[in-house]
Amino acid sequence: MLRLDVALAHLTNRKRQTFVSLSGVVLGVAFFLAVSSLMRGSEKDFLKRLVDNSPHITVSDEYRLPRVQPAALRWNDGAIRISNVKPQTETRGIRGYRQKLEFVESLPGLRVAPVLVGSAVLTFAGRQEGVTLSGVVPATIKSVSTIDEKIIDGSIDALAANPNGIVIGKGLADKFNLNVGSTLGVAAANGTSRPMNVVGVFRTGNANYDETQTFVLLKRAQVMLDRPNRVNRFIIQLDDAYAARDVARHIEDTIGYKSVSWAEASEDIVSVLIIRNIIMYSVVSAILVVASFGIYNTLSTIVMEKIRDIAIMKSMGFHARDVRSIFLLEGLIVGAVGSIFGIAFGVGLMKILSGISLKPPGGTEVINLPVWWGAEQYALAAAFALASCVAAAYLPARRAGRVHPVDILRGMT
Amino acid sequence: MSGVLRAENVVRRLEGEVPVTLVDGVSLEIERGQFIAIMGPSGSGKSSLLYLLGLLDAPTEGRVWLDGEDSSDYGEDELANRRLQKLGFVFQFHFLLAEFSVLDNVTLPMRRLGELDDATANARGMELLGRLGVAEQSAKRPHQLSGGQRQRVAIARALANDPLIILADEPTGNLDSVSSANVQQILRNLAHESGKTVVAVTHDGSFASAADQRIGLVDGKINTEWRPV
Repeated sequence: MLRLDVALAHLTNRKRQTFVSLSGVVLGVAFFLAVSSLMRGSEKDFLKRLVDNSPHITVSDEYRLPRVQPAALRWNDGAIRISNVKPQTETRGIRGYRQKLEFVESLPGLRVAPVLVGSAVLTFAGRQEGVTLSGVVPATIKSVSTIDEKIIDGSIDALAANPNGIVIGKGLADKFNLNVGSTLGVAAANGTSRPMNVVGVFRTGNANYDETQTFVLLKRAQVMLDRPNRVNRFIIQLDDAYAARDVARHIEDTIGYKSVSWAEASEDIVSVLIIRNIIMYSVVSAILVVASFGIYNTLSTIVMEKIRDIAIMKSMGFHARDVRSIFLLEGLIVGAVGSIFGIAFGVGLMKILSGISLKPPGGTEVINLPVWWGAEQYALAAAFALASCVAAAYLPARRAGRVHPVDILRGMT
Repeated sequence: MSGVLRAENVVRRLEGEVPVTLVDGVSLEIERGQFIAIMGPSGSGKSSLLYLLGLLDAPTEGRVWLDGEDSSDYGEDELANRRLQKLGFVFQFHFLLAEFSVLDNVTLPMRRLGELDDATANARGMELLGRLGVAEQSAKRPHQLSGGQRQRVAIARALANDPLIILADEPTGNLDSVSSANVQQILRNLAHESGKTVVAVTHDGSFASAADQRIGLVDGKINTEWRPV
């Protein structure tokens, strides 16, 4: 308490210097919060769009590693190496998909849709276009994707009512001048061809996807692609998207097929975001580091001015650590008070930023700046401010603790 | 060995390119309740001897006993504890802390010692200020007091933890004659009425004449023949 009293007395008796130091910390914390909330907000917004618009987990009919040959299993320490093995020709797709689907469906907190994906060629009025043909069950595909929300004409449910129905993207519809109700020819790679009716048109905003993706009924796709009772994808959506990596690993360990989480598929993007965060925190932390120089300056000045008082306190019986802690407390007080006011100011800045509306060039949607309000950034800003202030106070405090009273008293008498 | 403060062949030398000997083989023993004046010309090592006796500085050679305990084995913290409990300092300049009130300055050593609660420390502080005739100044800041008043507050602070010994370095060096006489009387009373041992370094012949014993110091050595000019 005594040390706190002395520390407060030093600070309150140098109002201007203390105010300048405090202002540096307040501004540092406030800008730290403003920049951090914007960057984290945009990151979360980006990830949300990424996660929402892509499957959380995709199970495909691939294996992560080539299957081990029976001979290699039998003689794994044999002297002869097996190479150039030609894999057995087999019908592609997830074997026994119904059992595997049942297993995946039994896992908590997820929804799954079986899909058969293949290639086809659309023909209409003498024009041809290669597309991706996805065979889906309307009820399940709606539960794992946003396709239903992207339908601008017709519906995905119409596939169930019309086994020859096809849902196409807006880009393809515009290119071929197609509408709901139009009939076009669909030919698979094996030569199977069938006229199909457009029952729905979707628009995602992704031009490539809107021009090349089509949806048909799963049964129809299995016939067209000559894969009876096969699917080659499980599209999985989780309640907690951030659990995708663990769930994917569990599924792959159990059923054997390659399960790729959105995080794995977008690892490069996640890495970029991590690097971006490091850069952002380095920059905003630099503000607080600069502010800490102000505190260092103030406390160094106080030590110089108060060197006589320090000497007299030590001659009275104050320990070196008492004196050190007085100056460390001064740094801590500036850091704590600066953090409180800085957080208040930062929240004000964040409110202003969150109210700013922008219309991106070429876009039609008006968006607000994505500001993140998570509690951890306040704790991080305050912790960094406190650490900077105490670090800035350390050298002056150490110098004060090392004052030898006799050296000072001898100079005064 | 009965002295409250004893120095045995104490030497204080500043090492450097040209070593300087500040105190050169001083031995003395001071009894409880004595008022001692250390005198000598400028640069004779009076203050240096006082700092050694007050455990503010460590002798290069020799030993200092305080209240029967050899201080040479003490670490820095232990020396600080002894100063806090057993010694009180009064300097030529009052060295009061400008940010604190007079009363807070006096209670500072008590609060550091931590044996009294705030209310008791304040009461004792007021009692000390009353004894020194400056109780009515208790709420003021040091800059609002006269030189003599400040020095009396400094003496009150030195008495805060009821020390055995008061060490004063030119306590009247910065005061007018009236204040000087007043401080001299206070220190004398502390020795003779309160049983404190008072060791004062002074240039002032009249101040020294009030002491029970005068120790002359020349070139760091005790010189019994030395008299102020």
